[in-house]
Amino acid sequence: MKKSKSLLLLLTLVLAVGTLLAACGSNGGNNGAANNGAANGGNTASDSGNSGEEKLAADQTLRINLSAEPPTFDPAQAQDSQANTVLKLMYEGLTRQDESGQVIPAAAESWDIDGTKYTFHLRKDAKWSNGDPVTANDFLFAWERVLSPNTNPAAPYAYQLYYFKNAQEYNEGKITDFSQVGVKAVDDYTLEVELVAPTPYFLGLTSFYTFYPVHQSVKDDEKWAVDQSKMIVNGAFTLTNWVKGQTIEVTKNENYWDKANIKLSKISMSLVNSSATELASYQNNELDRAGHPNGEIPTDQIPILKDQLKDELEIKGISSTYYYEFNVTAKPFDNVNIRRAFSMAVDRQAIVDNVTLGGQVPAFGFVPPGIKGLNDEYRNEHKDDYFTENLEEAKKLLEQGMQEEGYTKLPEITLIYNSSEAHKKIALAVADMWKKNLGVDVKTENQEWAVFIENRQNLNYQVARAGWSADYNDPMTYMDMWVTGGGNNDTGFSNEEYDKLIQEAKTSDDMAKRDANFARAEEILIKDNQVLMPLYYYTNVSASKPWLKGVVLDFSGAVDYSRAYITDARK
Amino acid sequence: MVRYIANKFFYMLVSLFILISATFFLMKAIPGDPLTSEKQVPPAIKERLYEQMGLDKPVYQQYLKYLGEIAQGNLGISMKQINQDVSNIISQTFSASLKLGVVAIIVALIVGVLLGMLAALYHRKLIDNVAMVLAVLGIAVPSFVVASLLQYVFASKLHWLPTMGFKGPLYYVLPVAALTAQPIAFIARLTRSSMLEVLHADYIKTAKAKGLGWMAILFRHVIRNGIMPVITYMGPMTANIVTGSVVIEQIFGIGGIGKQFVQAISVRDYPLIMGITIFYGVLLMLARFITDILYVVVDPRIKLSKGKEG
Amino acid sequence: MDSNPIKVMPTPVDLTAEDFRKIGTDEKEAEVIQRESISAWRDAWQRLRSNKLAMTALIILGLITLTAIIAPWLIGKIYGYNYYSNDLLYTNKAPSSTHWFGTDDLGRDMFIRTWMGARISLIVGLAAACIDLLIGVIYGGIMGYFGGRVDEIMNKFSEILYSIPYLLVTILLLVVMEPSLGTIILALTITGWINMSWIVRGEIMQLKNREYVLASRSMGAGHGRLLFRHLLPNAVGPIIVTVTLSVPNAIFAEAFLSFLGLGVQAPVASLGSMISDALTGWLYYPWRMLFPAILISLTMLSFNIFGDGLRDALDPKLKK
Repeated sequence: MKKSKSLLLLLTLVLAVGTLLAACGSNGGNNGAANNGAANGGNTASDSGNSGEEKLAADQTLRINLSAEPPTFDPAQAQDSQANTVLKLMYEGLTRQDESGQVIPAAAESWDIDGTKYTFHLRKDAKWSNGDPVTANDFLFAWERVLSPNTNPAAPYAYQLYYFKNAQEYNEGKITDFSQVGVKAVDDYTLEVELVAPTPYFLGLTSFYTFYPVHQSVKDDEKWAVDQSKMIVNGAFTLTNWVKGQTIEVTKNENYWDKANIKLSKISMSLVNSSATELASYQNNELDRAGHPNGEIPTDQIPILKDQLKDELEIKGISSTYYYEFNVTAKPFDNVNIRRAFSMAVDRQAIVDNVTLGGQVPAFGFVPPGIKGLNDEYRNEHKDDYFTENLEEAKKLLEQGMQEEGYTKLPEITLIYNSSEAHKKIALAVADMWKKNLGVDVKTENQEWAVFIENRQNLNYQVARAGWSADYNDPMTYMDMWVTGGGNNDTGFSNEEYDKLIQEAKTSDDMAKRDANFARAEEILIKDNQVLMPLYYYTNVSASKPWLKGVVLDFSGAVDYSRAYITDARK
Repeated sequence: MVRYIANKFFYMLVSLFILISATFFLMKAIPGDPLTSEKQVPPAIKERLYEQMGLDKPVYQQYLKYLGEIAQGNLGISMKQINQDVSNIISQTFSASLKLGVVAIIVALIVGVLLGMLAALYHRKLIDNVAMVLAVLGIAVPSFVVASLLQYVFASKLHWLPTMGFKGPLYYVLPVAALTAQPIAFIARLTRSSMLEVLHADYIKTAKAKGLGWMAILFRHVIRNGIMPVITYMGPMTANIVTGSVVIEQIFGIGGIGKQFVQAISVRDYPLIMGITIFYGVLLMLARFITDILYVVVDPRIKLSKGKEG
Repeated sequence: MDSNPIKVMPTPVDLTAEDFRKIGTDEKEAEVIQRESISAWRDAWQRLRSNKLAMTALIILGLITLTAIIAPWLIGKIYGYNYYSNDLLYTNKAPSSTHWFGTDDLGRDMFIRTWMGARISLIVGLAAACIDLLIGVIYGGIMGYFGGRVDEIMNKFSEILYSIPYLLVTILLLVVMEPSLGTIILALTITGWINMSWIVRGEIMQLKNREYVLASRSMGAGHGRLLFRHLLPNAVGPIIVTVTLSVPNAIFAEAFLSFLGLGVQAPVASLGSMISDALTGWLYYPWRMLFPAILISLTMLSFNIFGDGLRDALDPKLKK
């Protein structure tokens, strides 16, 4: 009896050690497997590639993953990047953006611009997936749906259409007649649009999903976008299979006017919300692409993948800023010198090199690269040198600030962030730097998403994590949020001069003046007041199989798969 | 029996009512609402949405309205997954969880009871020890570690099974294995423990003394009595497996109802939270109900009537 | 009495040579129960002590607890590390002589973190299990013993509590109360005891109709005596098994909360949260997952083996 018990113990130990060894051993194994996969892919490619001409694979099915299911397929209701990816495939707006970020004709063949008046000439061969022609009235119908106060539920992004004359008034119920809104169908193929104010980025906006046309058969049918049989679309693909929570599948639309340039026959999207699983199945050749914007490459694995998947990993800067915001109404951050001290005492390079690892760029301003300025990118025309990292200076400023406020010891400080592995790491690194560089103990607290947002919006915090991505390609999308009482101004910041600069920029058609206003506003925001503590500009980190070509990423990081194709490197 | 069932049914309704009420007010007490988002919607649109969703009314009115709808069997429409019926979301996503869950429960029961029985019959022999080491390992290693290991070995390394998805029989193997490791261990231990007790009970001795055959004793007495605690565990286990496989579903990319629930809570999709809660509640109560019936069937000493209490 | 030809099971009382001694011929003396001199608990302890495996498990548990208390402090003194300080130039390094368990993604020493994690996990697990045990046994005992209407109502209550979405309760608790270890333990126990109560209820329901209970009752034993003297001690097997499982359950539940971002607040870590943090990169940095995973498994293993031993020792029917 006793013997068998010690045997049991021994057995247990052996098993435990065995597991350990197996796990250790498997580590080395994986490298081989991954390399093999890559090597095979490479071989086939070189076998078939004669004089650089790409042959298409027979099976043009693209397999990607969305980390969340789009909450809707109705362009009027969409609000998120997953919906954006899918809707881009199923619909086509007046314009599109090509690889270089240029606005190119799509449903509209050409357009004339006369100040605030735009005339779009629709192409006559554009058809809905049921064969009906796409007309100017389809656009009007869609826009009326978005703006109408009777739409149930109301379109949350209706304000994206407020550029149209009287659109806001109509949406808010101050005008009840849609014909007073500045949009008009001159004939079936001519669409005339009048804007409230000169809007240099308006053309780009028309490629955004809120501006997509909708087939008029959906009138009075609120639930059409739930039923795939009722989804009549004008884009390159139609929704053919949707298993809730599992998969979404779109198939090439044979009625699409540009179908000759659509090579994919089908796009099959899995809906897996685990970055590790996504990457594993990518490496297992179950997916053709992994990572941003629809998924994520686990941060921990990026340094190793940079090495292992050298040719597949792609890192691309996008127009988004990661920053911490101070509640300027709460102690001790109601003092600008203390805010400055905290901003200066962080080593951003160390964070992007060792914590976020995705090739992000340290940020010292708010408007990220990729946003258009006067002639070049805004960021190239106005360097983000609003402050520098300087420990000595930071300590001095902290002391000065404490003196001004009469502190002998700083009040207790809590940094809040929303629950996520990445945010947690950054918060811990920043708090540790504050402790080491300023000698300040900062508590970090993760909060459940909605609780976090609620706390931030109610100014119930001291310093909080934040991020902002562009809605359109213009500095305005970053600058107008900080006006006094702005819906997204979660800092309590209020500055008369700032408000005036933004107001001017909104109504001015003098491009140089707009540009100068933005530059001055950003200076007020960061240099003079340090309302925010920019950390870095985001990057898109993704991995694509060598056989996947023609995927387009725009300035904001949104992805367009419609013109992608698969070479015969894939078996 | 009919009266017993009617009685149970009545209690179920009362329970359901309390569950609905408690969850409703709890849910409303948590900060945030379906319109909470980082990019704020302009106040005018927000107000209209509140009105359309009925969130502009006092909570008690929302509650009464909800009760009214529920009484008509209407679970409402999701506030985040625009225009999608809550009942549809539940039925579609539950089908994946259910398929996975049923397979997992059957596997767990069969393997667990067999393992436990073997261990008890060969008490303190090698089989017992091996079974118990397996059982203990099943309990000792966190399921998400098991899942990751399995995924790595059988999908990434050996390429025998798919990494993720839920498209055919092969897709069941890894999630079921990861999902059942713990219940198997638990069932095996429960079975062993209670079978050992039964094996030493007087009535078994009596049966033996009567000269009853070994197999007869085993089947008529030992197993029947020995799996009583397992039946007790069935209720919670069913609920756990069917509803609580969120992590496993996430790792293997199976879009089950658990994911919907976690998501619904995090975006404050009130109708969906309520719908899934009610669904879970009913499921759990049914599981308990069946457990109780099974008790009676398996152990005739437990009387349905409520007579002769201490 | 054991004239049964099938000798598979040991008799309830395995008599060994020591149990026999000469007694006088006095009739009265013969009626005296010989083993009464040692109390049931001392008896159990003796039996437990002779169970090598269970004692090993107990010692391992003791060592883990001790190390969890001492190691972080000691290593901190020797190497000057702590569990929260980052070293961004030394991230994800494999185990070495300076960092015995390697470093994590922020360059923190894994040895200290692992043992700090063990400390947190043990506190969470033990506290939750104790509360579950206390409430579960009392509640389940009363349910099972009284049966009828009492059972019906109490059972309904626990069923309803059990079916209220746990995540809702947890989020609410963590929002309303300061995020702390206490809150997490509370969140874990708020429904954690129900399982225990059901197990106890099932056992008691089964036991209460046994002859010895009837006998005791007919001799005028009160509810308290019946429940605590006769029923619960006989249900101790399943109770112990459940307790040994509610420790890992609590530890895993905490890990699950961490997984959802509702666990202990960083930089404090638990074993579970360390494992889930390490999951995405475990192929490349296996030490980040393995050490906490091994420690958590070892802890669970020991709890279970010890629990088994305890059951064997406590269960009067398995007396040797």
